[in-house]
Amino acid sequence: MSLLDVCLRLVLVLGAFLVLPLLIGQTEHKVMAHMQARVGPIYAGAFHGWAQLVADGVKFAQKEDIVPAGADRKVFKLAPAVALIPYFVVLIAIPIGPNGFVGRTIDAGIVFVLAVMGVGVLGSLMGGWASANKYSLLGGIRSAAQLMAYELPMLLAAASVAMAAGTVSLPGIVEGFEWWWLPWQAIGGMVFFTAGLAEIQRPPFDMPVADSEIIFGAYTEYSGLRFALFLLSEYAGILIVCALTTVLFLGGWHGPWSDSVGWLWTLLKIGVLAFVVIWLRVSYPRLREDQLQKLAWTVLVPLALGQLVLTGVVKVAT
Amino acid sequence: MNLAVAEHGFLSPTGAEIAFVLIGLVVLGSALLVVTTRQVVHAALWLVVTLGGLAAEYLLLTAEFIAWVQVLIYVGAVVVLLLFGLMLTKAPIGYSEPPDSAARIPAAVVALGATATLLTVIVDAFRTAYLHLGDDTVGSTEVTGQSLFKVWVLPFEVLSVLLLAALIGAIVLSRSRSRAHSGRKD
Repeated sequence: MSLLDVCLRLVLVLGAFLVLPLLIGQTEHKVMAHMQARVGPIYAGAFHGWAQLVADGVKFAQKEDIVPAGADRKVFKLAPAVALIPYFVVLIAIPIGPNGFVGRTIDAGIVFVLAVMGVGVLGSLMGGWASANKYSLLGGIRSAAQLMAYELPMLLAAASVAMAAGTVSLPGIVEGFEWWWLPWQAIGGMVFFTAGLAEIQRPPFDMPVADSEIIFGAYTEYSGLRFALFLLSEYAGILIVCALTTVLFLGGWHGPWSDSVGWLWTLLKIGVLAFVVIWLRVSYPRLREDQLQKLAWTVLVPLALGQLVLTGVVKVAT
Repeated sequence: MNLAVAEHGFLSPTGAEIAFVLIGLVVLGSALLVVTTRQVVHAALWLVVTLGGLAAEYLLLTAEFIAWVQVLIYVGAVVVLLLFGLMLTKAPIGYSEPPDSAARIPAAVVALGATATLLTVIVDAFRTAYLHLGDDTVGSTEVTGQSLFKVWVLPFEVLSVLLLAALIGAIVLSRSRSRAHSGRKD
């Protein structure tokens, strides 16, 4: 792999990282609006408000970047970067299509993506503590509690797929995929997707940012570009969780004519899952903190363990 | 150890070896900051740098799987747990008094003893061992798994039993305390 090749791949991944979350964000605006019998953004860019997020970006860039007087300045300023960059790093390892259509093949890819994703939450913890605001602190505490509860079922579900494929490399897992894995790994897939939603704090698991009670939690004091970075990291999180669910449980690039249009299948599956994420946000009320913990420890962890047993039994039997 | 260094060209280090030393310095510096900073949350955040740097060192030693597990467990879970605890106790922004200065000398003695023991064991175990850093199959997931479950399976199982015992112990302790607490309330 030459230097040029590495650079080209990085630029491509960076491009995807900058474009796809914005696409998801715009889709969220429009889909949510239509589900609530509104039209959503309609003026910016003339055609159905396609440029709304570009306009938002320009607006955020012009706003003053305020740091509260009592805040820990360095940690406060560093937090949005810590929240966003891990998602970019994860995207490098996600295979889009067959025959090396991936930023970088990583030997222990599945462990890598889950490990780096967990780092992103440090960003909202840092922001929550450094803001010197009790709502932010509450948001930070909730983020930490949520991460600790949902990391375990996510890992267990991912371990089940790794057992099924007999490898921990992401392209290896997709290559080993067969259609009957869909019913076989269905429970694991549900657990993984649910835990993923909780990890990126999307509704109905948005207790840490609950705007109606703790005013956006860790992000209360942020403004301007740094707030925009936090928002971007939320959409990047949706992209990553959907992409991982696609790669691990939905067969990634597999589909008709996958040799030529495999990457399109991956993107299509990611798109459908992103739509489901938005749909869930519109449909479900927010879970209470105790309900969140109960769901993780008494439902998701046993389900994930059950899936592991099922995977093990089938794997040994065949 | 000196022999090994001399044999493999002490004067013409490879890029990986230079990177290894530089990251080692970063790890050492941030570890010192962890114990010297007066801001308790900063200590936890410097710990992230220390543990992340250690993961990078594992990576350079071709132990990729160990490196990612290090990030997953230590940065993703242990530090988050630490920060959670600090936030629950309302860790102040700015300087705080050193927490427990009475235990300083015993702590230093224990730390020095542990360092001496570990150094002796490690130096003794890897005397003249040399790893060709370019060869990245030595520490791959497959090799690690093979050696873990073929050669080292007994220590592995003993360790998991130990962890299970600790887990059950933690549950029992927390349950008995909460029961006593509710009993006092009645």
